[in-house]
Amino acid sequence: MPEPSPVPDARIAVDCHGIVKQFGEGPRALRALDNVSVAIRENEFFTLLGPSGCGKTTLLRMIAGFEYPTEGTIRLHGEDIAGLPPFKRPINTVFQSYALFPHLTVWENVAFGLQMLGWAKGKIEARVAEMLKLVHMEELAQRRTDQISGGQAQRVALARALAPAPKVLLLDEPLSALDYKLRKEMQIELKRMQSETGITFIFVTHDQEEALTMSDRIAVMSKGRVLQVGTPWDIYDKPAERFVADFIGETNFLSAAMVGIEEGVARVRLPSGIEISASLAEGYRPAGEATVVVRPEHARMVTTGGQLSGVVENIVYFGTDTHIHVKLDQGSTFMVRQQNSRSKSCGASVGDRVGIDIAPDAAQVLRD
Amino acid sequence: MAKPRFDIRVQPGFGTVALFTFAMLYLPIATLVVYAFNASDSLSSWGGFSLHWFYEAAENQAVQDAAWRSLIIAVSAATMATIAATMAALATTRTPPYPGLSFKYAFINLPLMVPEIVTAVALLIVFAKVKVWTGYSGLGYLILAHTAFCIPFAYLPIRARLEGMDQSLERAAADLYAPPWQVFRRVTLPLLRPGIIAGFMLAFVISLDDVVISEFVKSGGQDTLPTYMLGQLRRAVTPEINAIAAAFLVLSVALVTVFFFINRKKA
Amino acid sequence: MASAAEIARRDEQSKTRTRWLLSLPALFIVFIAAIGPLFVMLAYSFMAKGDYGDVKPGEFSLDGWFSVLFQRDIFDDTVTLADAHLSILWRSVRLSVITTLATLALGFPTAYFIATRPRSTREVWVFLITIPFWTNLLIRTFAMQQVIRNEGVLNTLLMWLGIINEPIPIMYTDWAILFGMVYVYLPLMVLPLYASMEKLDFRLVEAGYDLYAGRLAVLRRIILPLVKPGIVAGSILVFVPSLGAYVIPRVLGGGKNLMLANLIELQFGAGRNWPLGAALSISLMLLVMVAMLVYVRNATRSGGGHG
Repeated sequence: MPEPSPVPDARIAVDCHGIVKQFGEGPRALRALDNVSVAIRENEFFTLLGPSGCGKTTLLRMIAGFEYPTEGTIRLHGEDIAGLPPFKRPINTVFQSYALFPHLTVWENVAFGLQMLGWAKGKIEARVAEMLKLVHMEELAQRRTDQISGGQAQRVALARALAPAPKVLLLDEPLSALDYKLRKEMQIELKRMQSETGITFIFVTHDQEEALTMSDRIAVMSKGRVLQVGTPWDIYDKPAERFVADFIGETNFLSAAMVGIEEGVARVRLPSGIEISASLAEGYRPAGEATVVVRPEHARMVTTGGQLSGVVENIVYFGTDTHIHVKLDQGSTFMVRQQNSRSKSCGASVGDRVGIDIAPDAAQVLRD
Repeated sequence: MAKPRFDIRVQPGFGTVALFTFAMLYLPIATLVVYAFNASDSLSSWGGFSLHWFYEAAENQAVQDAAWRSLIIAVSAATMATIAATMAALATTRTPPYPGLSFKYAFINLPLMVPEIVTAVALLIVFAKVKVWTGYSGLGYLILAHTAFCIPFAYLPIRARLEGMDQSLERAAADLYAPPWQVFRRVTLPLLRPGIIAGFMLAFVISLDDVVISEFVKSGGQDTLPTYMLGQLRRAVTPEINAIAAAFLVLSVALVTVFFFINRKKA
Repeated sequence: MASAAEIARRDEQSKTRTRWLLSLPALFIVFIAAIGPLFVMLAYSFMAKGDYGDVKPGEFSLDGWFSVLFQRDIFDDTVTLADAHLSILWRSVRLSVITTLATLALGFPTAYFIATRPRSTREVWVFLITIPFWTNLLIRTFAMQQVIRNEGVLNTLLMWLGIINEPIPIMYTDWAILFGMVYVYLPLMVLPLYASMEKLDFRLVEAGYDLYAGRLAVLRRIILPLVKPGIVAGSILVFVPSLGAYVIPRVLGGGKNLMLANLIELQFGAGRNWPLGAALSISLMLLVMVAMLVYVRNATRSGGGHG
């Protein structure tokens, strides 16, 4: 997969090239990773996003050194690390279950890696103190790890992994065990720590919202392949494939006919017969039938006019906004998301005939 | 691919030591069984394959008596121990804590903590007196002693089974008009059965294997199979002992295997 | 009409009564044929010895306890340490400690090996450990005898390999007892070790490697502390019966290499000194209790930490 927007001057921290992971042999062989190539830049908050079983954790474990690719190479700052066991890689992991050593205190956990690296006593003490301060755990340094809460354990795990100042920090769904509020807090904390330490973070999650909030760039994975790599904005507004559009946020799919392409912008005819322009992935030139996506917040319900028309089927109130489901005249359902304002209701009721106005530039043609 | 692999579960050399351990555990047993088929009169030389010593052992009156005695003792002791242990387990599991609960638990398990030789000589002292007073010197002493040390072994699996049993089933039965005895007979007992069987088998094997306590408690002419063998080992050993041991071994292994599969099915 | 509280109280009383009735047979049997006799024995240890075994009932004497560690010269009444008893005590403790260490050295890698097999085959390996465990102790001792005697498998093999020219006499030495005890008690070490290693969270091992610990460091700093309860339990399970071993020294040690249990037996047989035998038995029990206490203290200290 070519990078959609390469930045030539950024240095590459981790370069995974042509990674294949195959379990078993012959026709029953299972490909956990199928020719995956991603290049993660220095000082970047990079997220591997996908549903469970998509291969994101396998890829992470390969970078850590706990799994080996069947094919392909992994380079750390240009150097092939295939021959290095995990304890010789300047890479640390925040494990999903935190994996804090239960027989050691918080302090001893954070010091562990430094002791293994043979640091001097005084240096270890200073570093551990610094790390515990970073995660606001100074007061609980002498606690046993079974005497702290989940959120605190998460901070300790983070401090432990950051203490040896690794070149790359791997985070395997570290927030999934926390409750909603704590998770929101930690998202901001993580982002802060990443920018404070300047360490490259590779973050694995299945939570698209988390990925969009925190990442500099995201790789969306499915069934062992990387479907799209890009900034959160790229991924959300310019999904290249149906899976990406569907997995991230909510979206409307419309089948349309290609009319023509002018200067990288497609002209498509909607089922209603009306033509609109839609953006295209670079270098992609489809013809005939195509699928067009429109995010629900990029469309507006109108009483008359609009590019599509139908009957209001359902109105769902969400506090900040309202979702209006419109059954289109051509049969499919289209959702419009409307910001709520204090004074008035959404302006329609179930059964009303309405039109839908798609914002200019909102439509995107999917690659099939 | 010839890339170096790193397996976090491997510790170098551990596999070798483990295989050595397994070899070490089975080599002596295998030797013993092989020599049971030795045609030769002595253990020093191999005289070819033969079932001679098995016939010899089977026809030996002393061996027959000892085997029969071992069986009677093991069946009686295991039965009594299982009944007593089941009752005790019912009284000490799935109840809110009550005064005496931990005392009972500790008391029942106490025989496990006393070295066998100590129990053996203590029984020797007491039973010697009782024999004089009552004039009775039958198998009762052996059965009683075996029952006592079998109780903790029978108690363990029964208690474990009971603890894993859901009390709501019994409450449901009581809700459906079953009086307490019927609840016990129709719900508790059937559910408890695997535990009881396991407890009985454990007690049976433990009783059958006992050497020390039997050696000190038995009266003259009351050899069990293990004490008979112990006596024989003092003399010039012939492969007859191997034949007895091999037969005994097969019985134990068969029992343990059955036990293993019962437990496996349950899990 | 009885009040609700009254009914509840009566119900509780009847339940308690039932619970005692149910536990009575087990408690009674254990008392008369296991625990009670220990008290009788305790009493015996404070009586004067009878001329032909037994004791002189009611005649108080500390001779039994005195003779555990000391002896009085028949001619001049001087008191010296009972060297024979001390050397037997020393042999018992020494052989038991060595047995514990040897079974740990063999059992630890074995238990680890089993715990790292795939789940499906693990059960079979454990079963292979359990079979010898359930095989008659006497038979296993006898089996060891056939391996180590002069014409046994070990000597034959070594001679065939040309390592030795004539058999090494092992039977009736301390080595024979040691071999026998290691062989017989090895499963008692492996099983509790395996039980705690099976629960070992390999994600912690992974975390160790991630934090720059090599193989040895992971073993020492992570695996060992985490399976410590298993090590302590296994050591106790091996040490306690080793200390009280009777059959193994009798069969493999011959007449001269006695251990505590054989010394005790001697007092009830040829020695005809029941009070001394009783006092020795109680001493053995006390030694065992000390070992247990160490275990309990260790278990409570490291308990609760890791589930």
